[in-house]
Amino acid sequence: MIQLNVNGKPYQVDVAEDMPLLWVLRDTLQMTGTKFGCGKGLCGACTVHLDGDLIRSCQTPVSAAVGKKISTIEAVDSDRIGRAVQEAWRKLEVVQCGYCQSGQMMSAVALLNHNRKPTDADIDKAMSGNICRCATYVRIRAAIHAAAKALA
Amino acid sequence: MNDPAIANLSRRRFLQAGAALTIGFYLPAFATSAAEPGKAGKFAAASDTFVPNAFLRIGEDNSVTIISKHLEMGQGTYTGLATILADELDADWNLVRVEGAPADASRYNNLIWGRAQGTGGSTAIANSWEQLRTAGATGRAMLVAAASQRWKVSAAELQVRDNVVSHSGSGRSATFGELAADAAKEPVPAVVKLKDPKDFRLIGKESKRKDSFAKTNGTAQFTQDVHLPGMLVAVVAHPPRFGATVKSFDASRAKAVQGVVDVVQIPQGVAVLAHDTWSAKKGRDALAVTWDESNAFKLGSEEIFTRYREMAKTPGIPVTHPGNTDEAFAQAAKVLRASYEFPYLAHAPMEPLNCVIKLDADGCEVWNGEQMHTGDQFSLANLFGIKPDHVKINMLYAGGSFGRRASKDSDYVLEVAQIVKAIKGRAPVKLVWMREDDMRAGYYRPLFYPQLEAAIDSNNKLIGWRHRLVGQSIAMGSPMEQMLVKDGIDRVSVEGADNLPYAIPNMMVDLHTPTEIRVPVLWWRSVGSTHTAFSTETFIDEVATATGKDPVALRLELLTEEPRHVGVLKLATEKAGWGKPLKQASGVRRGRGVAVHKSFNTYVAQVAEVSIKNDGALKVDRIVAAVDCGTAVNPDVIRAQMEGAIGFALSAALHGEITLKEGRVEQSNFDGYPPIRINEMPMVEVHIVPSTAAPTGIGEPGVPPLAPAVANAIAAATGKRLYRMPFNTAELAS
Repeated sequence: MIQLNVNGKPYQVDVAEDMPLLWVLRDTLQMTGTKFGCGKGLCGACTVHLDGDLIRSCQTPVSAAVGKKISTIEAVDSDRIGRAVQEAWRKLEVVQCGYCQSGQMMSAVALLNHNRKPTDADIDKAMSGNICRCATYVRIRAAIHAAAKALA
Repeated sequence: MNDPAIANLSRRRFLQAGAALTIGFYLPAFATSAAEPGKAGKFAAASDTFVPNAFLRIGEDNSVTIISKHLEMGQGTYTGLATILADELDADWNLVRVEGAPADASRYNNLIWGRAQGTGGSTAIANSWEQLRTAGATGRAMLVAAASQRWKVSAAELQVRDNVVSHSGSGRSATFGELAADAAKEPVPAVVKLKDPKDFRLIGKESKRKDSFAKTNGTAQFTQDVHLPGMLVAVVAHPPRFGATVKSFDASRAKAVQGVVDVVQIPQGVAVLAHDTWSAKKGRDALAVTWDESNAFKLGSEEIFTRYREMAKTPGIPVTHPGNTDEAFAQAAKVLRASYEFPYLAHAPMEPLNCVIKLDADGCEVWNGEQMHTGDQFSLANLFGIKPDHVKINMLYAGGSFGRRASKDSDYVLEVAQIVKAIKGRAPVKLVWMREDDMRAGYYRPLFYPQLEAAIDSNNKLIGWRHRLVGQSIAMGSPMEQMLVKDGIDRVSVEGADNLPYAIPNMMVDLHTPTEIRVPVLWWRSVGSTHTAFSTETFIDEVATATGKDPVALRLELLTEEPRHVGVLKLATEKAGWGKPLKQASGVRRGRGVAVHKSFNTYVAQVAEVSIKNDGALKVDRIVAAVDCGTAVNPDVIRAQMEGAIGFALSAALHGEITLKEGRVEQSNFDGYPPIRINEMPMVEVHIVPSTAAPTGIGEPGVPPLAPAVANAIAAATGKRLYRMPFNTAELAS
């Protein structure tokens, strides 16, 4: 049995230690907000936070998450920055198909955690690991600025 | 998938619909015996007491549920369709919910397609416009009738707004919920009056998207998220080349993987079934499969281009040929020639393809980002030996599609069905394609090789135009052939070429359709216009250069019969400051280019501004777009679709290329086939032409003008013309 802490709650899972955290979240815990996009850490759809840092959960074996705090999109509104990001995403109607947006939002929260007033260049750098095939990038950029403004 | 392709059908259907409107638009009733529309797992239905037709239910709790017959794949259709109905109903937008329709073509057919239910060709809003306005107005009329009876006042004295019917004379009012039970007893009116467009309250405004909330907290349900009791996940070993089959396989190592429960051979390959996705993938990767490649397709992309260049030397099947091009070219003072190369393109939606199927005594149940309800019902019925109406489909959100889920032959749906059949239906199965499976599965935008020639006379007038296309047909050999192929011409191969908007007296468009190339191909967002807009709009720019004319002036000179092209061209160029000098920077060459194209009855012009460094590095700085899609149902969704289409098209222009080597696909994931990332996204400005015409599509038409506008800007900056996509920026080094 592996002990995990996801969004502040303890879980016990009976899975192989090499199973990526992505599939433990999605298939074992049925927390499906975190998405599978590429399986190679190339697209960012699976982005979650581990002790506040960004990780690609498709590249992180579950064993590496033991003893750490895992945060996912399901709890994005549990802190002020996450709420600001979520509100900005809704206000500016960022989503189209929506499949990548969990990862986009988790990356945006991590950016604002470290940098409360990001420039366009900061946003490009922090967000370029997340692909959006619908190309909602114009609005992602605007929403991050809007969230930063709301937090100021 | 294309408007001219189904024009006859669509016009006929529209005429019927239009005629019917005067005597009461045909509105299918809600069939109470059917399953709950679009009910899937977590979506609970409220109590519903008033169901005036197949598109609307009003509950005693005052909720308004609007049924979408079309797939929401990001294009905003749930919002747009609901807006149309809710406006005529005078509903409170905050109380409106949207549900996906079940598969039932008798009620939910796409009126532009005819009898089939499905989503594609940017038809959702266009085919639903009158149908949903009538559905909303019908519901409104019955609520008003109920209030009129209850209060013993004339219906003409009643007002309706935001889910409330009121009588100002007496101060009485009631919500839709309070009137629902009585409204249900009213007869369905044969004729309803639709609003004067000046009275629209939601159409033309920017109502909030109905899918934003669930898509920003992890609760939106995609096929990938389906978990059913006892469900198994399947990952499949697919052949390395198109046309190869399984010769033999050893599953012993796969079966030893913890969590794997079965391994079965299917026509598409070898499927590994497990309790979870990761175990299924590990099992699949542990399979040892020997493939029979004796009948496999083994050509590479370059060999295909070589063949196409040979074919282009001889005339193809004439598509259109007004005037006499031979005479025009004989008289020409100047002749321009160009040929273009377009690679295969994968759709690569963010959600890799997947599908869930459960088989039981009642038939089969499907969970899918469903884009082709009727086709999939028939495919599955045929495979399982059941009736099509025993195939129940739950339409879930699709994590993108761009045409891919509109499979012409149910390819991935049949793959999971074969697995379910192989295990005799003993468990529901979710098929999951890894990204590599998705990217290597074919069903690409076909590789195309067009050649263009222009004849210019001694007065610098464009007097002749030849456009020869060589490329695979999407429809031939598929169930779509009857609808799209006529006299050997697949309409979607030539759309955008044979309906060139420019008044050129002598034209010849002809087509070669190679049939020996066995790479599966499919419609890819904007279909034929993905290549015809590029070749025609860059070539017309070359004509402008050759005749010493401004590219916009030349287009306006030739757009004598096309006021809506002119409208978007003028709007985009005016807003972009066409003709004004661009801000220069040292070490950077800058340029501005334009393109205009109509697809799916929507007109789009785009002006691109680019910067090119000495090493050829290209940055698209800004796109100014103008669009005329008739009535703008939701201007913000239209802007979003234009922004997204620009980014999608830019991915193809800068990076998009699926290549074959000895029949094997060389790309497998986003490293080899990279969509643009945020740092490559230009600034985008979208301007909408005001219009009261019936609305037309918006999902696809933003794609075609982007690449030619960028290429024309590159030519303006560097003098270099690009003839191959994706662009080779090394050619732009100074």
